[in-house]
Amino acid sequence: MTREEIVKDLKGRFKADIIDFFDKSPKRVYMEIKPESLVRCASYIFKDLRARFNIASGVDTPTHIEILYHFSLEYINLLVTLRIKLERDNPAVDSLAPVFKGANWIEREIHEILGVDFKGHPDMRRLLLPDEWPAGVYPLRRDYTEWDKNAIRDRGV
Amino acid sequence: MAKSIIPIGPYHPLQEEPEFFTLTVDGETVVDIDVSIGYNHRGIEKLSEMKTFDQSTFVIERICGICSTSHPFAYTRAVEDIIPVEVPDRAKYIRTIIGEGERIHSHLLWLGLAGHFLGYNTVYMWVWKLREEILDAMEILSGNRNNYAMFKPGGVRRDINSEDIPPALRKIESIVPTLNKLKKAIIDDPVLHARLKGIGILTKEEALDYCALGPTSRASGVAKDVRKDAPYGAYDQVQWDMIVTENGDVFDKVVVRVLEMFESVKIMKQCLENLPPGEIDLNIKNIPPGEGIGAHEAPRGETFHYVRSDGTNRPARHKVRAPTFMNLPTFKATVIGETISDATIILASIDPCYCCTERMSVMNCRGKKIYSGEDLVRLSQDKTKLIQKKMGLK
Repeated sequence: MTREEIVKDLKGRFKADIIDFFDKSPKRVYMEIKPESLVRCASYIFKDLRARFNIASGVDTPTHIEILYHFSLEYINLLVTLRIKLERDNPAVDSLAPVFKGANWIEREIHEILGVDFKGHPDMRRLLLPDEWPAGVYPLRRDYTEWDKNAIRDRGV
Repeated sequence: MAKSIIPIGPYHPLQEEPEFFTLTVDGETVVDIDVSIGYNHRGIEKLSEMKTFDQSTFVIERICGICSTSHPFAYTRAVEDIIPVEVPDRAKYIRTIIGEGERIHSHLLWLGLAGHFLGYNTVYMWVWKLREEILDAMEILSGNRNNYAMFKPGGVRRDINSEDIPPALRKIESIVPTLNKLKKAIIDDPVLHARLKGIGILTKEEALDYCALGPTSRASGVAKDVRKDAPYGAYDQVQWDMIVTENGDVFDKVVVRVLEMFESVKIMKQCLENLPPGEIDLNIKNIPPGEGIGAHEAPRGETFHYVRSDGTNRPARHKVRAPTFMNLPTFKATVIGETISDATIILASIDPCYCCTERMSVMNCRGKKIYSGEDLVRLSQDKTKLIQKKMGLK
C-alpha cells in the first residue's frame, strides 16, 4: 500500500473514532481519536499494517492529559501518531500491553510519572521511581511541587 | 527441586552500571527473571523543560557517556521537525561522520566487555586498544574524545577543517586490518561457537512483539534500520549495507555488531572524502509552537525524541526514549530456560545502557552524609529480606 492509500484507509475505517486528522508532512501524520477507540486503532495499525511501536509520550497540558502513541510504518517511511486526551482528574485508558509486549514498560512509566491508570495492564508496578516515593505524587504533572526528600532518608533507617 | 533466587546487583563487579536482576532458578535452569531499574534516575526529561532549546542539547548529551551523540542527533532532528527545516548538506555530512565514529567505538567497547564476561580477556584488551584509534580520530575531528558537543538545532557547532581530514582518515583506515583479524578470530573461534551459539535466542516474532531495536532485532532477522527506512543526514548519499542475520542467538548479535563496524568505516570514509562545501548552520532564532519527532539509529538501536514547543524558548515537553528501554524487556524471552552460566552473557548481549533508559538526578547533599557504611549494609539486608518475603522464601 502507498502512503495515500493508508491515509485514506485509516480515515475511512476509523471515521467514527477520529476527532482530528492532521497531515503534518510527508513523513508525519497525527490522528486524534476517542480514548475508548484506542485499542482497536492501535491493534489495527500494529497488527494489520505491520507497524512498529516506537513509544508513547505523556504530556500534561492545562486542560487535559495527552498521550501520544507513535507508530512507524517503515515500508512507506511514515510515522503515525495516535493522540488521546484524558480528563485531568482520574485519567484512565485501556492498556495496550495485552496487545503487544512493547507497550508494557512505557505504560508503567507513564503510570508513575503522570498518574494515568491503564486498565487491564498485567503488571502495574513502579518502574523508575523508588519504592519510598509517596503515592499520588506525579513528577511530570504541572502541579508537581518538590516534597520533603528527607522523608525517604529517614524512613527505614 | 525447590526454586531459589539469585540476586544480581544493583552493584556487581561484572556490571558497569547499577541494575538489579532477580533470577529465579530451578537447579541450574533460570525459570523466571525480573529486572528492577531506577538506580540511575536523573530526571533529565524534567530538567530539559527548564532549559532553553540550545541548552537542552548539552543536557541530553550527558544522558549517556558512550553514545553521547545519539541523543543530540535525535533531539536536534525533533526540533528541526517542529519548524520544519532541512539542515545544510555540509552539516548533514558532519553529523553522519560523528554518528558513525561513535557507533564504531561503542561496538568496540561492547565487544571488549562481552569478551570480559566470557573470561576471554585477550579480546577485551585487544579491542579496547583498537578503540583508542577511533577515539583519537574523533578528537582530531571534533576536539573531544567523547561528548563531542558538535550538534545544535539547525546545524553543527564546529566545522571540520580540511587539513584535519587526512590524519583522521589514516587513523580510521588503520583499524581495518585489525578488525579483519578480529572478525576471523571471533567468527571462526570454536570455543566462542560452543559458548555463544544457540543460547539466548530471540525469535523474529518475539523481536517484533517486544518492538526490539537495533542489532538486537537485526540479529533476529528483522531488517529495520532507521538509517535505511527513513534516511536522514548523509545516509542516503553514501553506499552501505544493512547487516541482518537470522538466528537471533548471542553469537549472531556479536556478528551483527562486528560487521556493522566495517559498514561504519565505509560510511565515514565516503563522508570525509566527499564533504560538500557550504554553510554548517542555519542560525535558527525562534522555535514556533508545535511538535516534532526525531529519530536516530544509535549503536544500540533507534533513539526517539518527541519535543513540544509552546512558542517560548523552552521545550514544553521533551520525551526521550533510548533503545535499551525497548530491548531490556526481551530478557523475559531470552533468559528463561537457559542455565545460570549463560545468563550473564545473554543479559549483556543487548548492550544494555541503563543511564539512557532511566534518564534520571542524583541529589548532591553538599558533603552531608546520608548513609553510613553500617546503614548501607542494613539497607541491603532489609531489601534481601523484603524480596524473600515477597517471593515466599525463607
